[in-house]
Amino acid sequence: MNFHAIKAIYMFEMARTARTLLQSVVSPVLSTALYFIVFGSAIGGHMNAIDGVAYGSFIVPGLIMLTLLTQSISNASFGIYFPRFVGTIYEVLSAPVSAFEIVAGYVGAAATKSVMLGLIILGTSTFFVEVQVLHPVWMVSFLVLTGITFSLFGFIIGIWADNFEKLQMIPLLVVTPLTFLGGSFYSIDMLPPFWRSVTLFNPVVYLVSGFRWSFFGVSDVNIAISLGMTLGFLALCLVAVWWIFRTGYRLKS
Amino acid sequence: MPPILRVSHLSKVYKGGFTALNDVSLELKQGEIFALLGPNGAGKTTLISIVCGLVNPTGGTVEVSGHDIIRDYRPARELIGLVPQELKTDSFETVWNTVSFSRGLFGKPRNDAHIERVLKDLSLWDKKDNMIMTLSGGMKRRVLIAKALSHEPRVLFLDEPTAGVDVELRRDMWRLVRQLRDEGVTIILTTHYLEEAEEMADRIGVIRKGELMLVDEKDALMRRFGQKRVTIQLSQQLTAIPAAVARTGLTLSQDGRALLLTLGTTPAEAPVSDLFRALALAGIAYSDIETQQSSLEDIFVELMREHA
Repeated sequence: MNFHAIKAIYMFEMARTARTLLQSVVSPVLSTALYFIVFGSAIGGHMNAIDGVAYGSFIVPGLIMLTLLTQSISNASFGIYFPRFVGTIYEVLSAPVSAFEIVAGYVGAAATKSVMLGLIILGTSTFFVEVQVLHPVWMVSFLVLTGITFSLFGFIIGIWADNFEKLQMIPLLVVTPLTFLGGSFYSIDMLPPFWRSVTLFNPVVYLVSGFRWSFFGVSDVNIAISLGMTLGFLALCLVAVWWIFRTGYRLKS
Repeated sequence: MPPILRVSHLSKVYKGGFTALNDVSLELKQGEIFALLGPNGAGKTTLISIVCGLVNPTGGTVEVSGHDIIRDYRPARELIGLVPQELKTDSFETVWNTVSFSRGLFGKPRNDAHIERVLKDLSLWDKKDNMIMTLSGGMKRRVLIAKALSHEPRVLFLDEPTAGVDVELRRDMWRLVRQLRDEGVTIILTTHYLEEAEEMADRIGVIRKGELMLVDEKDALMRRFGQKRVTIQLSQQLTAIPAAVARTGLTLSQDGRALLLTLGTTPAEAPVSDLFRALALAGIAYSDIETQQSSLEDIFVELMREHA
């Protein structure tokens, strides 16, 4: 195992975050704080409690998940796309590193950043609403698992994309709508039966539901199903990454 | 001593059907400078890219110090350094960080003393904290070389290393390459500046349309294909060349003011004494003699023309 290489890639990516602190950390935290102000403090005061949880508190897990998904994808996709775009990827591909080591470096850094952001947003939320975490171990587990899974997904997008438009296409046109419609701001039980059934095809529902369970002990779907769906998506991403390196897709001719 | 690099029957056919390399075989000794010459699209960069793991071969094998580059890629790649043709750099990184990153990537523990030595050798030490985007093209080229040397490779590929750099930097690079060769590093150089290959290379390979046309010691190649052109400036213009003088091979220039002769470079083939005796007997006076040795560039151009 080339630990020096994993460390080099990981530190390189983390240094990029440090250089772009405003964009990487301050911007998403500020956006989420605005959500808390609008939906939590302003509108939330006029909303009924959901499953016994005040609305302002109810949206905390969903908002963290929203940031976690978008940031994991954007960090990991940019992390691998940019060296491809400027050509510096030649160095990684010619180094004595395995596919696992490359992925561990890039995805590890992206997941670390998004998990850190999630925790910062959790901390920020306590300034606006009351938050409790019933199952902290499960909360951190969901956070890490989702961060890794969606960083892997972002890594795949970064390999697939051959221009900046494609790089943004899936996060903006697929992931963000799915997250908004995945129960981040409401319980899917509030939907009419038909739309509730349709929503169950949205994988983000399971992530938000499981994560919310770790906070309040209430969920839209069974916690085991949530965990199973997250692990299933992780497995799917791992298979896609394995195929990419096996075939050299968009990396080698 | 076994070869440091062994390329056996290497082929590469791209998806569209273009054959970039066709049955290329080559062996390089440790500590030699090998210049790979060929026109654009000849297959030089493809060959380098396959050895470095950037392109998958469609046939043949490559071994670096006995390690197969596919089955045994880790020890093989640890020995290789690559300076690519294009200036591919991390614009927002500092020189120190990007060179240190390369060392880690190739599995080597941190060694600030080595990085400092490399940066000093390449006159980059005073730029170590500068962001790469602030450097000139020549300086960026030095950074790429520093990155390739950061992990102490035994085989160094320099793909057009002096393209677009000034004379001073070119001479600095030549000095560095010789120093590396003296330390036992094998250097594979591709260049369009043929005087560079002539100045530096121990052996030369010529590749064309994906096929290695010839590989030879530089001096042997110069002897084999090189020519010497002799120009004798006449004191008086001639309208015709005397038969006895013409028999030596001399020809009259169009303006009648010079006699011309092309000789092989082997001394046995050069009947210089016969030539001057014939001129003396014919009473032809001359004011100047000029000789011109073919350069590697002349030989290369001639080879390309013969195989066009």
